[in-house]
Amino acid sequence: MLDSKIPAGSLDKKWEDYKGHCKLVNPANKRNMEVIIVGTGLAGASAAASLGELGYKVKAFCFQDSPRRAHSIAAQGGINAAKNYQNDGDSVFRLFYDTVKGGDYRAREANVHRLAEVSGNIIDQCVAQGVPFAREYGGLLSNRSFGGTQVQRTFYAAGQTGQQLLLGAYSALERQVALGNVTMYNRHEMLEVVTIDGKARGIIARDLITGKLERHFGHAVLLCTGGYGNVFYLSTNAMGSNVTAAWKATRKGAFFGNPCYTQIHPTCIPVSGDHQSKLTLMSESLRNDGRIWVPKKQNDNRKPADIPEEERDYYLERRYPAFGNLVPRDVASRAAKERCDAGYGVGSSKQAVYLDYAAAIERYGKIEANKRQMHNASAAEITKLGKEVVAEKYGNLFDMYAKITGENPYELPMRIYPAVHYTMGGLWVDYELMTSITGLYALGEANFSDHGANRLGASALMQGLADGYFVIPYTLGNYLADDIRTKAIPTDHPAFAEAEKNVQDTINQLMNIKGTKSVDHFHKKLGKIMWDKCGMARNEQGLKEAIVEIQQLRAEFWKDVRIPGDANEFNPELEKAGRVADFLELGELMCVDALNRRESCGGHFREESQTEDGEAKRDDDNFSYVAAWEYKGPSQFELHKEPLEFVECKPTQRSYK
Amino acid sequence: MEHYNMNLTLKVWRQKNTNAQGQFESYQVPGVSSEMSFLEMFDVLNERLINEGKEPVAFDHDCREGICGACSMHINGRAHGPWAGTTTCQLHMRAFKDGDTITVEPWRSGSFPVVKDLTVDRGAFDRIIEAGGYVSVNTGNAQDANNILVPKDDADAAFAAAACIGCGACVAACKNSSAMLFVSAKVSQLALLPQGQPEKKSRALNMIAQMDKEGFGSCTNTGACEAECPKEISLTNIARLNREYIAAGLTYEK
Repeated sequence: MLDSKIPAGSLDKKWEDYKGHCKLVNPANKRNMEVIIVGTGLAGASAAASLGELGYKVKAFCFQDSPRRAHSIAAQGGINAAKNYQNDGDSVFRLFYDTVKGGDYRAREANVHRLAEVSGNIIDQCVAQGVPFAREYGGLLSNRSFGGTQVQRTFYAAGQTGQQLLLGAYSALERQVALGNVTMYNRHEMLEVVTIDGKARGIIARDLITGKLERHFGHAVLLCTGGYGNVFYLSTNAMGSNVTAAWKATRKGAFFGNPCYTQIHPTCIPVSGDHQSKLTLMSESLRNDGRIWVPKKQNDNRKPADIPEEERDYYLERRYPAFGNLVPRDVASRAAKERCDAGYGVGSSKQAVYLDYAAAIERYGKIEANKRQMHNASAAEITKLGKEVVAEKYGNLFDMYAKITGENPYELPMRIYPAVHYTMGGLWVDYELMTSITGLYALGEANFSDHGANRLGASALMQGLADGYFVIPYTLGNYLADDIRTKAIPTDHPAFAEAEKNVQDTINQLMNIKGTKSVDHFHKKLGKIMWDKCGMARNEQGLKEAIVEIQQLRAEFWKDVRIPGDANEFNPELEKAGRVADFLELGELMCVDALNRRESCGGHFREESQTEDGEAKRDDDNFSYVAAWEYKGPSQFELHKEPLEFVECKPTQRSYK
Repeated sequence: MEHYNMNLTLKVWRQKNTNAQGQFESYQVPGVSSEMSFLEMFDVLNERLINEGKEPVAFDHDCREGICGACSMHINGRAHGPWAGTTTCQLHMRAFKDGDTITVEPWRSGSFPVVKDLTVDRGAFDRIIEAGGYVSVNTGNAQDANNILVPKDDADAAFAAAACIGCGACVAACKNSSAMLFVSAKVSQLALLPQGQPEKKSRALNMIAQMDKEGFGSCTNTGACEAECPKEISLTNIARLNREYIAAGLTYEK
């Protein structure tokens, strides 16, 4: 049933062999083939640009007012590539190995190896586009290290790497728009996949300005619509990030892979009150130089500066001496939660730990003083120089922290706490990135394939761009080569009419509820259920409760939600309502999946499955598979298992000690 | 940071759609926490309007981290409000005090028509980028990244220009509705890098031509754009754009 279509042959030859043997579409035929791309983040923009360059007729859609605003723009820290520019022992194999291990042996080996293989090409491509990566004085590219690895393979542009990569892809996309190869539809939201004879053949999209529904044909449809972290209401995702496109595909028959795999990022700014609308990430790169600690005494209310060194517990360095503050995200997040739950948290909410830059400022200050031949520099001079170095590396992050909290992180340690950041789960795809609906693809965070149960830092940007620039141009051709005789299907086809009617009926239904509670009211309630019972730690009882609570909340939503305004105008509340309606279904599936997975792995800590010292315990005998869920109707999901085989990367209990 | 609550009066521009006549409406907003962001204060207002059966205020916003460039409020006569180097979403209510009246308008520029309330159409910026804000390199064309050497100072200056988020505050702040700071940021980024050299002339000429076509005004070196830019894009970029433009005009053969 589930055919992942992994090519035969040794792991390091699979992609090369695939590229050598996949079918091609000749240039004249490409001009007649239409491709729909939904979402214009790193995956969507890079795919749209690359396919446009190849000569396909591309239509790209985004709900924002410009493709440049997709949430990839907010990624801060960096992008990994196996360039080994630092001569520190990196290689394609090592990047592959780190990613599979970091994913807690729940990713597909062949996909991850391909990702590592093309990682270097991504950097080359981005530099050629004029992406201003950080550089050394000799003019060469600079690298830094990131959580979960022991080499320096991360390329970065201050703390705005995602912005610079997205603007690179966006400029390539706009170039294709100017050349007429890509037609861009801003402020459009995809609300249905149209299938004809079992193949994806188009979409129904709503023009968000006029409210009109539009029918668009494509020989193939690519969903590049990001992750679903906003199911938790509070997350680091943008306000508009949603699961709608992926969920519509799921309801149409595409399987959803590992929905319960969410990543809780360790370094976010803590919640300040009930008004909180979203959470802000502080790049993980801050853990390179910052030291994380809590007081050794419970409920210690002293100011951080008043707590002497010997009364501080640098708990990551204590528990994981080999990796220290650079343990992977899941490990760091759980350790912070453990300390706070045990009563050692800091700040007014006690739900925070310190991230301290004092030692780094001093260290960098001394290096800088040496560089400048200031051998008798005073402590104040060293601090001043150190702050300058830190400002250059992390300035925008420190500024952001200061604006949000009103505190100066150059003087005071920052307060951080874990928050929902990324979803490793997503639409199930095969090696070619095709979902279980023929002709429907999922790229980037929208698919499930590369990060297993936990994503390492600086690998989301890598995956989005790998899929868009270097994978889909080959795999899509292999599919479309057999479709060259299919003429564009007119959108008055009954399948389009029916799909549009379904969308219209749902909108009418939502508008006619005329209830008493706002969309946000329901979204916040859903988020609380998910965070409490399907968050960093889960157990059977909680998950069973959550499923019932979500079903009740969903019934209440469809009876009592209030959407002001009209459907045939710009109506942000209606947009939100549609997205929350889908989250209310997805949330249930996430809990169903979490309940099924009676093991701890990656970011997913199942309380019934832990070692004696409280570390996560994986169960390879019973759960070494991808859980791909088929939608069978409301609250009905059928599990399909794709067994995971590890040839090169034998699973071991992860240890960062 | 000391936390406090305040009662505020908001005067907000309401406009049903592009063609409708707009007007200010006043709202009392009690109990605003100093820890809220400016947009969270609008969330509170909107929640109340919905509960009262009224239409919430439409405004653009997405990342709420100051990087996507969607948010765009003109607050008390200043693009993105009183804090320097700050987008609307990163402005926090501790910038205000109890009893304040805050006037909030959409970006005001003929080239950014109002869509609804505080939401405007900035499609003109995309079209300016289409005119040349890129390096013409197809996927797969690239050589090894370290074959291109870029002096660190140039890379840093290019990055500083590339930090532009395309929010449009420069246009909104300018008495002439000029888009020169936006255009100069992209032209500068690519003019400073070796990768941008082959197309530098056509880029400057074509992007300026598109800027004029979109109806943006001329630059009179007032500097309001730089003062209000949330990413503190420097006015020196405009000087560089002028040099690029003049040099291209004198030497471009086509």
